[in-house]
Amino acid sequence: MQKITQNQLIEKAASLLSDGTVNAVLGWSRGEFGYDVTPKMFKTEEDLKENFVWNDFCGVNFSKYLVSKTDRFDGKILVFLKPCDTYSFNQLLTEHRFEREKVYAVGIPCEGMVDVIKLKAVTGEGISEIKEDGENLLVTTIYEDAPVKVAFKDVLLERCINCKSKKHVAYDELMGDEGEVIESKRFDEVAKIEAMTPDERFAFWQNELSRCIRCNACRDACPACTCEKCVFDNPQSGVENKAPANSFEEKMFHIIRAYHVAGRCTDCGECSRVCPQNIPLHLLNRKFIKDINEFYGEYQAGAEVGSRAPLVDYTTEDLEPGEVFDRRDIDA
Amino acid sequence: MQVNEHKPLIVAFCCNWCSYAGADLAGNNRLNYPADVKIIRVPCSCRVNPMFVLRAFQRGADGVIICGCHPGDCHYTSGNYYTRRRMAALFSMLDFLGIERERTRLEWVSAAEGAKFAATMNDFVEKVTALGENKRLEDLRCKR
Repeated sequence: MQKITQNQLIEKAASLLSDGTVNAVLGWSRGEFGYDVTPKMFKTEEDLKENFVWNDFCGVNFSKYLVSKTDRFDGKILVFLKPCDTYSFNQLLTEHRFEREKVYAVGIPCEGMVDVIKLKAVTGEGISEIKEDGENLLVTTIYEDAPVKVAFKDVLLERCINCKSKKHVAYDELMGDEGEVIESKRFDEVAKIEAMTPDERFAFWQNELSRCIRCNACRDACPACTCEKCVFDNPQSGVENKAPANSFEEKMFHIIRAYHVAGRCTDCGECSRVCPQNIPLHLLNRKFIKDINEFYGEYQAGAEVGSRAPLVDYTTEDLEPGEVFDRRDIDA
Repeated sequence: MQVNEHKPLIVAFCCNWCSYAGADLAGNNRLNYPADVKIIRVPCSCRVNPMFVLRAFQRGADGVIICGCHPGDCHYTSGNYYTRRRMAALFSMLDFLGIERERTRLEWVSAAEGAKFAATMNDFVEKVTALGENKRLEDLRCKR
C-alpha cells in the first residue's frame, strides 16, 4: 500500500525528462508477471507512460545500478530512492563508486515491500493478477476463480517488518513526507541465535546454508559488493561460480561474502530478498553490524557521506577477540 | 597407552618481527612446545586475510592461532590494531555459525617472549586436542 502513486512518479519523471534536467530515468518496469518488477532505463516519455510501474513489488535497490549506469551513460540519470536505498547511495558515494553530479536523486516514501515468496506461500503458484484493496491484496491465481485476500502486513519483506528508517539521508528532491529513523527490533533474531548452544547454532546454519545453490544473486544484488574483480570469480580459487561441493564451501562463501561487506553493509536486505532459496542471509550481515555496534560503538553505514568504516579504523583501546567471548559469557 | 590418539594440526600465523622471533627464542632456549604447531611466517599479523584462516581449516587444520606484536609495538605502526578488529569480527562470526571458539585465537607475543610463545602453544594445543578433530569446518576432499 504505497502512499505515493504510480502516476505521480510518472508525471515527475516526465517533467524532469522534458525540461532537460535529466536525460534518462532509472525506474521499475513490469516484468512477465505483476510481481517480478524489473529495473529499466527509460529515455522517452512514451516509454515511461507505457512501461513504468510503482507498486508493492518495487523492492529493487537502485543505488547499485548507478555504478554501472553512470559509467556507461553520458548524461544525467534520474533515480527514485526509497529511504533504505539512500543509505546505500551514501555508502557508494563514500567509496567513490559513482559521480554524484551524474545523478538526480528523488526520495520517495515507502510503506514496505511485499515478499513474493511469502505471498506465494499463502496463495500458491500461478498468480495472474494482484489488486490492492485497502490494507489487503487481492490475488487471483490461474487455479482459483475467486481472488485470495492477503493482508499487506503479513507478506512484507523481512527487512520492511524490521524497517530501520523511513528517513531519506540523501536526495536532490523529496516527494511526499519525510519520515523518521525507527528504533527497530532488527537484532532480536540475531540475539536469539546467539543465545543457542554452539551445537544448535551449527545445526541451524547447516540447515539454512545447505540450500545454497551458489547462484551468486546475493553478491550481484548487494549494493556494497561492487568490486570489479571478485574473489569468487577467481579461477584459481577453486570456488569460482559453481555449486558448493560440500558444506565447507557453503560456509566459506557465506562467511566471506558477509565479511567483505562488514562495516559497509547498510542492512538494506537485498541479499535476502533476491535469494531464490530463501536463506536468511541478512542475519549474517546483522551479526557483523551488531558486533561492530557493541564493540566499537554505534555505527550506521551510509548515514553520512565520508564516514570511516569501523573495520578500516582502530583505536588503541579495542577489545581483544578473547575478551569478546568473555564479555558475552558474562552477559549470558 | 592409546595408539590412535588424534594428533591435531595447528597452524600458527606468526608476524615476522615479533612472534616469529619469539618462536625462534623459544627454540634457542630449548623450551618445549608441541610439534603439531606449524608456523607460517607473515610480514605482519594484518597480512592474515580471513580467507587464510578458513583455508587453513579447509586443508585440515584443527586450530588456527595468529600471533603478532603487542599493540603499540607493530613494526608498521598500526597493523596489529587492524588485525585485532578483523579477527574479533571473524572469530565472533565463526562462533555464530557454531564453530568451537577454542579453535581460533589471537595472541600477542614479542620477540623477547620465547617462554610466552611456548606456553601459549602448549595451552592452545591442549585445548584443541581436547576438542578433537575439526569436523565443522572440514573439507572432505582435503582429508589427509
